[in-house]
Amino acid sequence: MPKLFSGAEIVFKALEDQKVEYIFGYPGGAVLPIYDELKNHKSIKHILARHEQGAGHAAEGYARSSGKPGVLLVTSGPGATNAVTALTDAYMDSIPVVCISGQVPTHLIGTDAFQECDTTGITRPCTKHNWLVKDVNDLADIMNQAFKIATTGRPGPVLVDIPKDIQFNKGVYKISKNKLEKKLNGALSNKINLKDVDNFIEMIKKSSKPIFYTGGGVINSGPKASELLRELVSLTGFPITSTLQGLGAFPGDDPQFLGMLGMHGTYEANNAMHDCDLMINIGARFDDRITGKIDEFSPKSKKIHIDIDPSSIGKNVKVDLAITSDVTELLQAVIKRFKEKNKNFIESNKQKTAKWWSQIDKWREKKSLNFINSKETIKPQHAVQRLYELTKHQDTFITTEVGQHQMWAAQHYKFNKPNRWMTSGGLGTMGYGLPAAIGVQIAHPKKLVVDIAGEASILMNIQEMSTAIQYRLPVKIFILNNEYMGMVRQWQELLHDKNYSESYTEALPDFVKLAEAYGAVGIRAKTPDELDEKIKEMINTDKPVIFDCVVDKVENCYPMIPSGKPHNQMLLGPEDEKEEVSDEGKTLV
Amino acid sequence: MPKPKSAYSQPTKFGKEDHHIIVVWVDNEAGVLARVIGLFSGRGYNIESLAVAEIDKKKHLSRITIVTKGTPEVIQQIKLQLGKLIPVHKVADFSRNDPKILFKELALLKVVGATKKLDKAKKLCKKYNGLILDKTKKSFVIQVTALRREIDKLVVSLKPLGLMSVSRTGAVAMTKGEEIFTQ
Repeated sequence: MPKLFSGAEIVFKALEDQKVEYIFGYPGGAVLPIYDELKNHKSIKHILARHEQGAGHAAEGYARSSGKPGVLLVTSGPGATNAVTALTDAYMDSIPVVCISGQVPTHLIGTDAFQECDTTGITRPCTKHNWLVKDVNDLADIMNQAFKIATTGRPGPVLVDIPKDIQFNKGVYKISKNKLEKKLNGALSNKINLKDVDNFIEMIKKSSKPIFYTGGGVINSGPKASELLRELVSLTGFPITSTLQGLGAFPGDDPQFLGMLGMHGTYEANNAMHDCDLMINIGARFDDRITGKIDEFSPKSKKIHIDIDPSSIGKNVKVDLAITSDVTELLQAVIKRFKEKNKNFIESNKQKTAKWWSQIDKWREKKSLNFINSKETIKPQHAVQRLYELTKHQDTFITTEVGQHQMWAAQHYKFNKPNRWMTSGGLGTMGYGLPAAIGVQIAHPKKLVVDIAGEASILMNIQEMSTAIQYRLPVKIFILNNEYMGMVRQWQELLHDKNYSESYTEALPDFVKLAEAYGAVGIRAKTPDELDEKIKEMINTDKPVIFDCVVDKVENCYPMIPSGKPHNQMLLGPEDEKEEVSDEGKTLV
Repeated sequence: MPKPKSAYSQPTKFGKEDHHIIVVWVDNEAGVLARVIGLFSGRGYNIESLAVAEIDKKKHLSRITIVTKGTPEVIQQIKLQLGKLIPVHKVADFSRNDPKILFKELALLKVVGATKKLDKAKKLCKKYNGLILDKTKKSFVIQVTALRREIDKLVVSLKPLGLMSVSRTGAVAMTKGEEIFTQ
């Protein structure tokens, strides 16, 4: 007779089999048997968050910076509903997260029991898949499949809902062979077609105004994908731009890199996207923040799209060559084939793309990321630039919240390695940065981790300071404090006649005292003169730090593609904006 | 008038919408129908009719037939998004005008009235091989198997003759000839 284990034991056996080192969570009535079992598994450390959403984002930060799945453990009812934002965030940004939730005992399901909710019903649209475990003997298989589904194909979150009686019940730990293998990402076969590869190379050779447009798929494919991308870009000599999520896959300070594209992307990147004759999309998904007005999006180009998720292809933009594949595998095949036949491509092609590059240089001369600096007040862009200059010599991990500070961080902080940049792009979750930084610091205890934050966003999950203190995680929270929900204020200025409805926070905490209350260190910088010294002080503090950087209150984030406009109609700064507003003003009067 | 102001672009082009029959083979497990239907409602796709039942007891396989309307891009998205669901085995998509496909829908119709009207009603149903399942002096219940639009028409013409109750299944579909759908 096979040995029998309790459901709780099976959960941990599965976690051990998956080599899980950390779980992020919060206990409660319906998961107590699992929490009880924790003591018997020394290789697994539990990180107690202060809110399930925080635990979820921490699991995401851990996953994004380490490449391993993040594991989240929450109780039934409010525990599960609090985790929903984090799960949706992970779903939108394709982050592997395995969420285990407790559920009321099987016989109480459907009776509106205490802390009962329809967890699988609520999380169905925001997970790749979820399960309600009805038999303890299914649990081993389900746990095994959960990890497989979360980490393969296009990664994403999954949820396993385990009723309390199942956690107590005894069953076998047996994993049957997975028959679902081929369907995990919707693709029937991931085999790369050589003809596609040849077409790819043929299109490269024919183009005279090419551009690489790369995204989070490169990061998700693993560090090898970034290496291969660098190789292909240098083999071709083509310009490259990246989405928000793809930053770090290609060095931010390389001359071939045009900066980020999209709504707050650089002038050169967006114009190059608009005017190119060949667009090579690797692991990006033609999101609406990238394309702007869709029917004027890059009208003259042939488009190649490489994505592991077949439903991403042709969803927003029609493409000429679509390849459903993992980025690493495809790039390997392309580079091998390319090298066989085109030894001196870059030399022979120089002439062909020379005109294109000189056009790009003209766009670059606009210096679209420039801003008017000040001696009296700290400009937020300046603050990010100084942070970059003072941290670039060490391996630094940056997380952000959501808003203007996020865009300034993306524009002015240059990433050279993948997995160093954790930001909520798809869902745009305020309150993401601090818990994500905690997850990152858990995965990389010796590294510098900075959450570039806004004063509004940080308050959404500020309770996680307590977690940082408990586990001695020296995360640095760099708040660009302008007392406004800056991006909301900016949109209100540009689109709602400066009616700043509810975007000013009239009562903010004293962030220095707040840091001290948690047992962390508070630092405040008010003038540009003291900024560098204070940043250095922050970096050298071996404790969590809240850095209250008091910045210009009305600075807007430029450049910007206004709503409903194509790539080649960007606003570069306040000057452009004035023209726009006065025209609008006339029609209104 | 000033243009509407929004953080999102305005919709511009609309493609031509067509009727399609989507057939989905799924594991018959708890919540699977909710997954399929939730995908349609969550992404704003139409469902005109739906038919679902287990077709293989041993393998726990169910076959879901959905009649939907959409542009070619939307239909393509529906197929690809369905394909990503874990319990989905395969997805077929047939145009309603495809001559190689059989479509049928079943309806139960109850007509109540005087004998004269009942006879007239029975005559109308004859064309569709109606099968009378229940009969009284003042009523009958008839089973009709036909195309969706044929049943639509029949329902309209039976209305003045005392049609009191209509119950219809969604359409089901099958390929003609020896071929079966494989993916």
